[in-house]
Amino acid sequence: MKLFKKILIANRGEIALRVIRTCKEMGIKTVAVYSTADRDSLHVRFADEAVCIGPPKSADSYLNIPNLISAAEITNADAIHPGYGFLSENAKFSAICRKHGIKFIGASPEMIEGMGDKASAKDTMKKAGVPTIPGSEGLLSNLGEAKKVAKKIGYPVILKATAGGGGRGMRVVWEEKDLEKAFDSARQEAGAAFGNDGMYLEKFIEEPRHIEIQVVGDQFGQACHLSERDCSIQRRHQKLVEESPSPFMIPELRDKMGEAAIKAALAVQYEGLGTIEFLVDKHRNFYFMEMNTRIQVEHPVTEEVIDYDLVKEQIMVAAGAKISGSNYFPNLHAIECRINAEDPFKGFVPSPGKITSFHSPKGQGVRVDTHVYSGYTIPPFYDSMIAKLIVKARTRPEAITKMSRALDEFIVEGVKTTVPFHQRLMKDENFKNGNYTTKFLETFDLSE
Amino acid sequence: MQLKEIQELIRFVSKSGVSEVEIENNGFKIVIKTPIVTSAPTPQLVAVQTPQLISQPVVAATQPIVPAEQVAVATSSPKSGENSRFITIKSPMIGTFYRSASPEKPPLASVGDEFKKGDVLCIIEAMKLFNEIESEYAGKIVKVLVDDASPVEYDQALFLIDPA
Repeated sequence: MKLFKKILIANRGEIALRVIRTCKEMGIKTVAVYSTADRDSLHVRFADEAVCIGPPKSADSYLNIPNLISAAEITNADAIHPGYGFLSENAKFSAICRKHGIKFIGASPEMIEGMGDKASAKDTMKKAGVPTIPGSEGLLSNLGEAKKVAKKIGYPVILKATAGGGGRGMRVVWEEKDLEKAFDSARQEAGAAFGNDGMYLEKFIEEPRHIEIQVVGDQFGQACHLSERDCSIQRRHQKLVEESPSPFMIPELRDKMGEAAIKAALAVQYEGLGTIEFLVDKHRNFYFMEMNTRIQVEHPVTEEVIDYDLVKEQIMVAAGAKISGSNYFPNLHAIECRINAEDPFKGFVPSPGKITSFHSPKGQGVRVDTHVYSGYTIPPFYDSMIAKLIVKARTRPEAITKMSRALDEFIVEGVKTTVPFHQRLMKDENFKNGNYTTKFLETFDLSE
Repeated sequence: MQLKEIQELIRFVSKSGVSEVEIENNGFKIVIKTPIVTSAPTPQLVAVQTPQLISQPVVAATQPIVPAEQVAVATSSPKSGENSRFITIKSPMIGTFYRSASPEKPPLASVGDEFKKGDVLCIIEAMKLFNEIESEYAGKIVKVLVDDASPVEYDQALFLIDPA
């Protein structure tokens, strides 16, 4: 194993800070990149070196591959950590790094392409013996085939775009008479959004839980799992709260899901940190949904319950270290609330601007991952997440109480945040009973 | 710190025999290093303005002498008074800045040179490709703000010009 001397972090905000911190602890030099809008950002100041890579628009800066590679060249970085979002699952970027002799701390271009294409990923999983949602074999050639498959597996069904993401190119169909219209509009939307109108069809799992398994694979063909995170509390397919262990989990289910996740990782010879997302129905049947070949926003939840630095693990594996091969199980309970600069009582409308006062919660079992500070101006060009509040405790009720206490201490003035939403959630009876699915927020009271 | 003060500071440091001076004041930081070789100590100015940081290598005395007016200052605001009409030309890309098309050729733009819009002022090399940087303005070079063969970032000030 040969550890890197200098890592360029091709990202911004809290995740850039997160990676810089672990690099410092490992004695690795860091290079921050920033757009002109992020000149005053904390990650720029914490890194050993910083390079301005473009104007505010992401396409011209954080997504600008030539600029990022140039920045790595002039600073002599030997590896790039892409964080999450941006280019972290961009096969072209992974390939270009490889071509320039820079280690991409993430998945290979082949892996990214394989898992990015939803229809072929599902096929790969089926062959590996991982349970998948009943549906079409690959892409649908026409409406007639869609009708046939839907009839066979039974309504309700969901049409999905193979190149899709973020909920686009998706339509739920409850009866056969609605299929044609849904098929045409989904195809059009997918073509416009992703340049690829390929569609496939699956059984629509009603009121599922979104439970994902964290996996790690090394360069020597080994893989292991680090247990689950329940991410069912979502709004328009964007996660708001995550926790581990899942209140719906039982040991037998965890063993089965963990084993399936390892099978999935081994089937693609996965190297690095990855997450297998599953849908779990009320009978505790689980189905492969997708694989994320990057570190995730909610990784701190797993870090807190298994006591492990996952970014460090990513860097070590990328440098050629072997994993032990043991699985890890939660021995505490952790919850994460994503704090966004949005107004929860006005449809979560973004609220950028200057933070005039910022005081984050502290105390035993409280962790805040953030890049903002008093006096910081949130630029309007990027996503609205300003902090992640993570608590850990010995039991779930204690974690919820601690989260409530921490949220009450969280002061952010100058912009609106989702703190009041999380405060209300922590007091909700159904949430406290662990009684929630991905449909939860649809009926949640969001009046002021 | 004004440009005049910086120039006086450089002259002072070069005469004093001190090898390194670092001054930090109100968000502005300046580091002046003198190479340790003797006969003609040439002060190599490494100016750093937080939070923007690119550390430039200290130039050994065997390399071409850095003209006294070459100041690597990463500031984009024109100076007050007679300098208020001056414009800084900034880098549109990231890479290594070269003053001439190749080592034997003369610099493309030196202090006092007049140029038209579209004239090539310098070369920036990135990923083994040499990019000719054309001027958007016509005018005269007042100062060259970056050393030859040093790394530049997006928006970094390259030349101070007196526009026509």
